[in-house]
Amino acid sequence: MMRKGLRFHLDGGRTIWPVLGLVALLVLNLIFSERFFHLEILDGRLYGTLVDVLNQGSKVMLLAVGMTLVIATGGVDLSVGSVMAVSGAVGAVLVTRTEIPFPALVACALSAAVLMGLANGVLVALAGVQPIVATLIFMVLGRGVAMLITGGQIITFEDRAFVFLANGHFLGLPLTAAIVALVLAGTALLTRGAAVGLFIEATGNNETASRLCGVNTRMVKVLVYGFSGFCAGAAGLIAASNIKAADSSRVGEMMELDAIFAVVAGGTALTGGRFTLIGSIVGALLIQILTTTMYNLGVPPTIAPVPKAALIIVVCLLQSEQFRRHFVGRREIARPTVPETG
Amino acid sequence: MGRDMSEPLLRMRGVSKTFPGVRALSSVDLTVRAGEIHALMGENGAGKSTLVKVLTGVYPKDDGKIHFAGETIAPASPREAESAGISTVYQEINLIPRLSVAENILLGRQPARFGFLNWKAIHRKAERALERIGLRIDVRREAAAYSVAIQQMAAIARALDVEAKLLILDEPTSSLDEREVEDLFDVMRRLRDRGLAILFITHFLDQVYEIASRVTVLRNGERVGECETANLPRLELVAKMLGKDRAKLESGGEPRTAGTKRAAPGVPADSEAAREAFFQVRGLGRRGGVEPFDLDMREGEIVGLAGLLGSGRTEMARLLFGVDAADTGQCLLDGKRFAPSSPRKAIDRGLAFCSEDRKTEGLVPDLSVRENLILALQASRGPLRLLPRKEQMEIAGHYIRALDIRTPSLETPIGNLSGGNQQKALLARWLAIQPRLIILDEPTRGIDVGAKAEIEKLVQSLRERGMSILFISSELEEVVRNCRRIAVLRDRKKIGELTGPDIDERKVMRMIAETDEGRDFRGGVPAVPNDPPREE
Amino acid sequence: MRQPMNLPVATRHVPLIATGLVLVVLFATASVLYDGFFSLRVVVNLLSDNAFLGITAVGMTFVILSGGIDLSVGAVVAFTSIFVAALVGSHQVHPVLAILLALCIGPAFGCAMGLVIHFYRLPPFLVTLAGMFLARGMGFVVNMESAGIQHPFYDRVLSFGIPVARGVPIPATALAYLLLFVAALILAHFTRFGRSIYAIGGNETSALLMGLPVGRTKILAYSFNGFCSTLAGVVATFYMGSGNPAMGFGLELDAIASVVIGGTLLTGGSGYVAGTLMGTLIFGTIQAALVFDGRLNSWWLRIAIGALLLAFILLQRFLSSRSTDRRTALAQRSRPT
Repeated sequence: MMRKGLRFHLDGGRTIWPVLGLVALLVLNLIFSERFFHLEILDGRLYGTLVDVLNQGSKVMLLAVGMTLVIATGGVDLSVGSVMAVSGAVGAVLVTRTEIPFPALVACALSAAVLMGLANGVLVALAGVQPIVATLIFMVLGRGVAMLITGGQIITFEDRAFVFLANGHFLGLPLTAAIVALVLAGTALLTRGAAVGLFIEATGNNETASRLCGVNTRMVKVLVYGFSGFCAGAAGLIAASNIKAADSSRVGEMMELDAIFAVVAGGTALTGGRFTLIGSIVGALLIQILTTTMYNLGVPPTIAPVPKAALIIVVCLLQSEQFRRHFVGRREIARPTVPETG
Repeated sequence: MGRDMSEPLLRMRGVSKTFPGVRALSSVDLTVRAGEIHALMGENGAGKSTLVKVLTGVYPKDDGKIHFAGETIAPASPREAESAGISTVYQEINLIPRLSVAENILLGRQPARFGFLNWKAIHRKAERALERIGLRIDVRREAAAYSVAIQQMAAIARALDVEAKLLILDEPTSSLDEREVEDLFDVMRRLRDRGLAILFITHFLDQVYEIASRVTVLRNGERVGECETANLPRLELVAKMLGKDRAKLESGGEPRTAGTKRAAPGVPADSEAAREAFFQVRGLGRRGGVEPFDLDMREGEIVGLAGLLGSGRTEMARLLFGVDAADTGQCLLDGKRFAPSSPRKAIDRGLAFCSEDRKTEGLVPDLSVRENLILALQASRGPLRLLPRKEQMEIAGHYIRALDIRTPSLETPIGNLSGGNQQKALLARWLAIQPRLIILDEPTRGIDVGAKAEIEKLVQSLRERGMSILFISSELEEVVRNCRRIAVLRDRKKIGELTGPDIDERKVMRMIAETDEGRDFRGGVPAVPNDPPREE
Repeated sequence: MRQPMNLPVATRHVPLIATGLVLVVLFATASVLYDGFFSLRVVVNLLSDNAFLGITAVGMTFVILSGGIDLSVGAVVAFTSIFVAALVGSHQVHPVLAILLALCIGPAFGCAMGLVIHFYRLPPFLVTLAGMFLARGMGFVVNMESAGIQHPFYDRVLSFGIPVARGVPIPATALAYLLLFVAALILAHFTRFGRSIYAIGGNETSALLMGLPVGRTKILAYSFNGFCSTLAGVVATFYMGSGNPAMGFGLELDAIASVVIGGTLLTGGSGYVAGTLMGTLIFGTIQAALVFDGRLNSWWLRIAIGALLLAFILLQRFLSSRSTDRRTALAQRSRPT
């Protein structure tokens, strides 16, 4: 099913660009830093820069999956960074102050995240608040709540299970990669194996028509935000596990923007409609490899935003019709549109 | 009035405008005199708004000349038209709701001292502008605080503030109640008496006769008539709007185009009437939509909704399908109460609605033909039970063949199809859920003649299989040809029904043309449909 | 439905009044709870401590009023601060020159973003996001770390202050804020440019049909915002005595929060510059109260701001849905069938 979807969306054309971009970056690395593709196996585990990319990029990939569905409905979720903070905070507090088993801990953290997401969805779908505004509110609120939960401290933990989340391995590859694969597969199953994807795309492309067909567009919108919260919750647990601590004030900072960029670069339009999960993964990889490439080239990480900015601008311009007209040019002179009524 | 009537203020001669694939205007003439209220009428697609847009510089014309106030003009933008003395008030009342009335009137032209706005002067100027049309209100309040009627006055005041000689009013009465219409007409008469020329675009018959001295009728991009309202019988006006020849109608000949037979043969009227209506509507109405109406629908029956543009047909459909919430009335489905509060509920009870506005309410443009086709069907199955791909393709394939939908493939985005094929695909979407009652709003709009016949045949076969159909169309002959019962609407109100095997367009038009007094006071055609027409 | 809304006060004023009430209540509560809060010094400090946030917010008001948004302001403030610090410190440029240079870069940057947004019809959100990344990165290109500023000019300005009463002077930073605020007020309410911004934010199509210069006005709004961001950056250098490329993370959100709490609709077309001032003061009051308390922790600021934002947004939705219902019904009536 994923393969069919893949074929279809690649045929759609938009995913070509980020893939090309990815290839270009890989080639760049091939030329300038041979260590990039170096892989070795130690103790039955794969090591190398590429593996690191997968590991580091897992958070953005997870965020991007959730963000894809939100953007597909024509919305956006700015709160994911703060939701990550809340989820990590809940996890850290539970693991250090209680004895509950790890699966239950995960469930609690994810529930908190989903609840925040659903709150976003309710504001957007039922109160009619603009997505930017609604998720902005929770971005601010969420950060405060996360800090409240950790009492302003950075809570560290040593729990083996929790630490294993971001640092462990599964079948030779980092566990985080497996988590991403699992979430991706589950989402693909739900959206392409069931009618959820169709409803999301229809709602984003023409909400009125969808509603007239009997699609419960409100529920669709509420649920995608809940799902985005879920993905952010998972990413937050991984982030906490990464540093073996919950740092509520810094975790997830600016990551929502990376996620949005990954989705847009991957081929899903900000206006909503058709979405591509694979494209978003590619977009997230693009960002991660860009970051790693910059690092390998010796560019200080604080300056890394500049090439990111250039990338965003290029992607946006390519997607802009007016810009394309400048270059496709003469044959397609803008003509006045045919009037609807006489 | 003592004015020199020899040289008209505005004379448009031979104006043509073609868009890719559509000839919007064919050599249209329009003449408007100073100190006159001139009505411009025409059904959807007639060319009214294109003509106005050409006149006001929104579009350049392909052919023809415009003489205005003694000069030949060719405005290239609304601003230029405004400087020439042609001002327009659009249907959507283009004011900024949160700004004050005074600001709205003077936006862009505010009096200023050294670049700083002089608010006292702004308020004074605005008050004076309103006084000129007889309105005295607090200009400091925001525009949104006032009723639509007052906002319209403000828009008119703004339009006049630039020394306009011709004022174009585009559907100004659509959102007004009776009293507000009278107030507007008072203002219009006052302006007319001062020498202003007014072009009044509307679809309300009564209002045309009340306020306008002349009327120009457009149909399919051509001018089909220009007359003085005092000498124009209502029936003739209606006939012109619909493209019928009144003389032919009067002579009693059946106004049928060649080859159109009655498409609903056989079933005798009595047995139909004897069947119980499974869908009964009583007093369903909505303020601002349509006045409370009754309707019965039986299985295997096609009921038509006829009326001019603006009469409330789509409003009625939206109430039945639950798109709009009704203020009054109730519905019974199989004897049980049924409140159409949402499309989902209506669909669950077996209703379907193929909207007339396929762009905003029908097409999901980036989705494929297949996906659009099964969307409603999938929606009734819920989000989890996906229709297996094979089944989707079978269903889609079936309807593509049945309706002869031309598409490169099932996966083509529906936005790429031609208008006619889009319409057919949307129709197929509703047929796929196999409804008991389907509302078709302008199902043949934008479809070629051959396809129209196919659709009509399809509609008949659906009826034969027991489906109930509400058929809405602006093409009167279509309605008459396909329906044995027609509900007639005028000006947002159902004014009656016609039944029987011998209903024809003449009868429908007479019903539309009647006034409340029951007589056509312009031409002496009596109210009772079956009497022979009297000579004037 | 056809009756005009018979409120004693225009709908558009309600959010502003609500903001004013919140500010008064907050300040009063803090004065009651904490000794020494109710003093002129605290008020003056509110203005000077939050001057760079306030200036940023004023610029943001114009952009939001016109229907857009600008996420780059925090990064631009940071860039400006390190730019000035580097010029004065490493290149021995006189502060006045450095400041003037910085104040030219701001409008140019804003203008560039505005041009791209308008002519290529790109979403402001994405374009200014790119702008943010660009400015942030460029800040670090100028200098990797913060840099102190030592210059007699700075000393002179910092010691300058207009005495108000009982030996409490209004420092230069607060003065700059107040001056800009007054200028913005005049711009918004007494120039055609300002009124056009309101019109465009209110209904862009109508504004076009009315013949207003929509493109030019929008680009000017972004340019003005760029100027405000750089001015804020300059003020920040006085406040901090240094420039820092890592400052201002999240400043844009604080600015947007100030604007929204101040009563401006995020959809545009409605709001007051005075409201934004009050919004900034609310922000500052809560922060000052937290400092005075000593017990409450900084995250309560986030929570309070978030809760306030939520309340104001819901209020705005409620108010606008009442008038929208009327307009939707009327719009539906006017559609020909």
